Amino acid sequence: MSVVEDGTLKSPKRPMRLFRNPMAKLASIPMILTAVVVFMGGTLWTVVYSFTGSRLLPKLNWVGLDQYERLWDTPRWLISISNLALYGACSLVLTLTIGFFLAALLDRKIRFESAFRTIFLYPFALSFVVTGIAWQWILNPDFGMESLVQGWGWESFRFDPLNDPDTVMFGLLIAGIWQGSGLIMCIMLAGLRGIDEDIWKAARVDGIGTVKTYIRIIIPMMRPVFVTALVLIASGIIKLYDLVVAQTNGGPGISSEVPAKYVIEYMFRAQNLGQGFAASTMMLVSVIIILIPWAYLEFGGKKNA
Amino acid sequence: MPDIALAGPSGPKPKKRFSRANIFLYGTLIMVSMYYLLPLYVMVVTSLKGMPEIRMGNVFGPPLEITFEPWVKAWSEACTGVNCDGLSRGFWNSVQILIPSVILSISIASVNGYALSHWKFKGSEVFFTILILGAFIPYQTMIYPIVILLREVGLMGDLGGLVLVHTIFGMPILTLLFRNYFASIPEELFKAARVDGAGFWRIYFQIMLPMALPIFVVAIILQVTGIWNDFLFGVIYTKPATYPMTVQLNNIVNSVQGIKEYNVNMAATLLTGLVPLVIYFASGKLFVRGIAAGAVKG
Repeated sequence: MSVVEDGTLKSPKRPMRLFRNPMAKLASIPMILTAVVVFMGGTLWTVVYSFTGSRLLPKLNWVGLDQYERLWDTPRWLISISNLALYGACSLVLTLTIGFFLAALLDRKIRFESAFRTIFLYPFALSFVVTGIAWQWILNPDFGMESLVQGWGWESFRFDPLNDPDTVMFGLLIAGIWQGSGLIMCIMLAGLRGIDEDIWKAARVDGIGTVKTYIRIIIPMMRPVFVTALVLIASGIIKLYDLVVAQTNGGPGISSEVPAKYVIEYMFRAQNLGQGFAASTMMLVSVIIILIPWAYLEFGGKKNA
Repeated sequence: MPDIALAGPSGPKPKKRFSRANIFLYGTLIMVSMYYLLPLYVMVVTSLKGMPEIRMGNVFGPPLEITFEPWVKAWSEACTGVNCDGLSRGFWNSVQILIPSVILSISIASVNGYALSHWKFKGSEVFFTILILGAFIPYQTMIYPIVILLREVGLMGDLGGLVLVHTIFGMPILTLLFRNYFASIPEELFKAARVDGAGFWRIYFQIMLPMALPIFVVAIILQVTGIWNDFLFGVIYTKPATYPMTVQLNNIVNSVQGIKEYNVNMAATLLTGLVPLVIYFASGKLFVRGIAAGAVKG
């Protein structure tokens, strides 16, 4: 990272460098405090205290890697991790597919395009709490989907994902995709609109079919858009918390727990701060693991171009 | 497949209106639209039914007898624990959190973005990079240090504390938004103002601010929906008396005691979603611009 020298003020060099451009520095104080104290300092603090046995209050009684060992021995954490992996993988694939598919449909010069776009995007304006509660109601076995189909005469029909430990994550997935796919559709649509119309003409002249053109030509051209969408979805997945709290509250039992919820529960309910810090540090590590290849692709690629 | 299917976005409109491709296209779009509209429809019809009607039928049937009682009850009578004054308290809490948070975060970020684009100083880019990277850090790693900070300044559990938290976490995206916008304003304009003797604040208020009004609207949309929909910070940094609307809604709906009144729950859910929905439908394309700007953050 190169520090940009004061390029805008070509005034003669003054001895007091610290006081040059004072107003800009004053205006940047909130940013500097946020970046250094909260983001860097706070993260570092949590990582340091994850090696302590803090319970109700943070204390510097070192326990080495004990918290991490206990974390990876706790079934609840293992369930949280595997739930997030399942939800994440499905959400990534489905959101990208649905988002691209809808964008491609809307890009076919259709009528009422803006009406359809408005419908697909409105869930994104709603909070996860609202989303979770609405879907909890629709998936309610006594009044919702299940009872509707049973009412049609199919008495043995079962569709009760939220009360079945094996399928509860898919119940969350239905709601999560409903809420988030509109955004990805919008990003994809912007990407499709950015593609030169001559590409389509050339493909038609060469007699390449529509579907084939999308798969072989358009999608590879939209790589940066897909990368943006990917990072966006991934960063949303790791935050998954409100939706679970509102829709299932981790249930039935602990079968829909997620890491973000584990952290909050250990910090504020179980009064086991050290355990919460260790779990949140693991979340940070996983973000870094995802982020480094992306940063490499994104910024390493720009240098070559 | 007929040839029509090959018509790209640039091609002429297909002549046949009811070609197979078109039926497939519109059929799919309408089916998908129904999936997206279903929850909104279900919430609305449920909130207009009485409880006996809900117990008899299913969630998808239209109300036979429309009643607005659930809405009244959700607003002013629904219980969370011992408090039975409805969602109205959460609503006013949210308003009290929202207005100062939006004003504070946008004013700080806009001046900061302006400083970062036209008044760079040694180290400014480094701090900015840290700020942007900070947007990727999971909130969970910063939650407890902030609890300590708020306790130190005596704002823990206070609405003011939550305003501060929203200002902090809104900063990366808003600063990026304003920095990029101000950077696109021609340097000559800025230099001319400098030659005329205008200083930091004068250039900001007289030149930059009036030119940046659209981006302010985008920032406001982004912040209003984001802060209104927040749950995590609301649940951690407040106490029951200062719970924002989302937290109170969750407590009303998911409380274990008492009989479940689904119609009241759905009315409460709609009430909570109303503010961002109104903003969404009123702002149209600007909302898309706002979230596209938010997407840069990801």
